[in-house]
Amino acid sequence: MQTNIRIQTQDFDVSTELASLRAGERRAGAVCCFVGTVREMGTGQAVLGMELEHYPGMTERAIADMAKLASERFEVLGATVIHRIGPLLPEDQIVLVAVTSPHRRDAFQACEFLMDYLKTQAPFWKKEATASGSQWVDARESDDEALQRWGVQARNAS
Amino acid sequence: MQIHIKYFASVREALGRSSESWETQQTTLVGLRKELQERGEPWQTALGSEQPLRAALNQAMVHGDADLKDGDEVAYFPPVTGG
Repeated sequence: MQTNIRIQTQDFDVSTELASLRAGERRAGAVCCFVGTVREMGTGQAVLGMELEHYPGMTERAIADMAKLASERFEVLGATVIHRIGPLLPEDQIVLVAVTSPHRRDAFQACEFLMDYLKTQAPFWKKEATASGSQWVDARESDDEALQRWGVQARNAS
Repeated sequence: MQIHIKYFASVREALGRSSESWETQQTTLVGLRKELQERGEPWQTALGSEQPLRAALNQAMVHGDADLKDGDEVAYFPPVTGG
């Protein structure tokens, strides 16, 4: 499986990334991608922006591990994972997970598995800025449960 | 032996530093954390059991305890919130 893992401050273009992922891969009959974006957290306070921190080295390793796990579970031909760090604004793109597979079912499932894994196992931290100051985002137990649906213990939020 | 310690996110902010080298006789992750806490504040609280704290050894997540050896890289951070 071809994997392209990038941690970067700059934005990404989904069309360009999908074209690059598919290039030369004639076995691919399905492409599935997920884009995570900066959103309102529903706390009643407008999110002015966000700062993303990560653990260089461990991040790339965790994502490579999860790509390997995905390729063992699903028929995946290629995977691209891009995660932005640094300052981000409302509506900005944060993360891209894209996979190619011969069939749609494997493409859908591998993409969801990769995102569920990334949410609780890759060392990224979000700090949100609102009018009343900045605070670190709390981990959610529902994200742990999402990974546990695949039979993988998350042990992150709780 | 020498351990390289890294701190991230809220833990980094509470300690006012992102890394340090630490000379220790402790041979386990649990022993090291206890020793760091015994330095007093801000380590006592930042690495205390009151708040959720995660640890990595040589860039792999560790739940529970693990053996340490000279030159290891240990990291402390809150639960992750990427994606």
